[in-house]
Amino acid sequence: MKRWKKKRSFKIQNSGMNPKGFHPSQIKFYVILLPLVIVMLLPIVFIISHAFKPPDELFAYPPQFFVTNPTLKNFSDLFTKMGSSGVPISRYLFNSVLITIVTIAASIVVSTTAAYALSKKRFKLKQVLFAINTVALMFVPIAVTIPRFLIIDRLHLMDTFAVHILPWLAIPVGLFLLKQFIDVIPDEVIEAAQIDGASDVVIYRSIILPMIKPAIATIAILTFQATWNNADISTMYINTESLKTFAFYLGTLTSTTTGANAVAGQGIAAAASLIMFLPNLIIFVLLQSQVMSTMSHSGLKG
Amino acid sequence: MTADTTAEAKSMAIGPTSMAAKPKGRLGKWAEREGSAYAFLSMYALMFIIFIIVPVLVAFLLSFTAFDTIQPPTYNGLRNYVVLLTQDDIFMKYVLPNTIEFAVIVGPGGYVMAFMLAWILAQLPKIPRTILALILYSPSMTTAVAMSVVWLTLFSGDQNGYLNSFLLGNGVIQEPIQWLQSPQYLMPIMIIVTLWSSMGVGFLAMLAGILEVNPELYEAGSLDGISNRFQEIVHITIPSMKPQMMFGAVMAIVATFQAGAIGVTLSGANPTPQYAGQLIVNHIEDYGFLRYEMGYAAAVSVVLLLMVLLFSRFANRLFGSTE
Repeated sequence: MKRWKKKRSFKIQNSGMNPKGFHPSQIKFYVILLPLVIVMLLPIVFIISHAFKPPDELFAYPPQFFVTNPTLKNFSDLFTKMGSSGVPISRYLFNSVLITIVTIAASIVVSTTAAYALSKKRFKLKQVLFAINTVALMFVPIAVTIPRFLIIDRLHLMDTFAVHILPWLAIPVGLFLLKQFIDVIPDEVIEAAQIDGASDVVIYRSIILPMIKPAIATIAILTFQATWNNADISTMYINTESLKTFAFYLGTLTSTTTGANAVAGQGIAAAASLIMFLPNLIIFVLLQSQVMSTMSHSGLKG
Repeated sequence: MTADTTAEAKSMAIGPTSMAAKPKGRLGKWAEREGSAYAFLSMYALMFIIFIIVPVLVAFLLSFTAFDTIQPPTYNGLRNYVVLLTQDDIFMKYVLPNTIEFAVIVGPGGYVMAFMLAWILAQLPKIPRTILALILYSPSMTTAVAMSVVWLTLFSGDQNGYLNSFLLGNGVIQEPIQWLQSPQYLMPIMIIVTLWSSMGVGFLAMLAGILEVNPELYEAGSLDGISNRFQEIVHITIPSMKPQMMFGAVMAIVATFQAGAIGVTLSGANPTPQYAGQLIVNHIEDYGFLRYEMGYAAAVSVVLLLMVLLFSRFANRLFGSTE
């Protein structure tokens, strides 16, 4: 009996779910994962390697995957190049950075206030509104491109800075994750503050916000990915070249319909792609532990 | 309702200072009790209505009209739907089969892959797990736009394309293949590219879900006669994380239908070569923005939204908990 117990506890500690350390039984998992991870990683390694290739390597035959003589020429070319109608690249980049920062800040305020109300306030329509938001998780924005276009036109948002920001403020997944996270905060904490005479605004600002930092980080990432990578808004709703985003500019570089660009601008396009991708990676690496702790509250009851 | 009475009791308990300050009418009382909740909700609700609710309603209404964006819409009943089902050869012959093929492989395929990878990762120690999860997740951070330079170079149709060069060099093929322009290769490439980037939020949620399963359940299970890992997944892991499975499923379904633009990005044309990569999303854009038949495009949009709902209902049947 004693020996059996010892064996069991050994097994739990070093194999099975969430093990503490390495165990030979894990080797099979590494054997399965590693080839897959390498395949998943290849396009990303390629984009990094490609961005630093000098022209002769970009068009070498046979093509080579890895860069041999890395150069920053593609990046300097990118920044000295003018966009199609004389707008400097730095302008697109500036627009993207500004839009992304403003959208993230606004989206955090908009969705945390709503999530606080849906989680902790008591009102008649609470369940109904949360259910509507849950159905909206299944909302596919691309399906309603046309009505959205008509609405944005009617609201005179065409060709404005605001049209980059407003459509991203209501993200049903974001509200859902935040609400689930706030649910975990015990009601007693809030009741105690109410007895001390704290108003809703004070409760929201000094109790709720500090306790939901991981969920806020997650919203920030989701919003970041939605806005920073977005080229559609510039394509559809913006006519003024100087209001368009970097993602849009990248699209014009690689678009096959514009012909010659696809070959001549390949180095520049690779450099721009890397600039597009890197911030995604950096932000996620910095915030990944917060994201994981949010995700453990992500359960969706049917 | 009980929630209401407790809310009232609570606001009473806060003290007479706030309640009895000034006499109020019915509306005033309501504002006192629920006003701040709605105030907190207002900004989100406004954006939600403008950019989600109204577009869906407008799509629904427009689908019963003929609308070319210049003349005001005119009601034409169910005509759009009838045409879609009986006369739109391209929809029936290419778009619908393509969408179903794409959705069935990428949706459930990507979902099962995400679960299996999460399950394997959960059995590794924290540091390697975090690094590998990051690598698997990173493709989902890229977008079609940012990655098109990679795909266009890898699958380039001349002998300089990486895939062609590799296959030519190994003697697998004699002539370079026009990967992105040939109808028989476009769809498989779209599927591979989309699967590659499908380890997203749902994957992370499932990983977190598996890690949260109470380890004592596995012990109890092994005492109850569960003998292999497959039984363990079916009888313990999945039932204990149904809500996360459901969340992952919804994310997978949405991502699948949202990924529709990939064929146009890869081939550089809408319609895609011989409609080989034409998905329902491209069909909507084709009619809406190239032909300006907005009413018809709206009907196709409604069909797309219904497809998403249908798939989600199916996922709900599998993982919905009856609480």
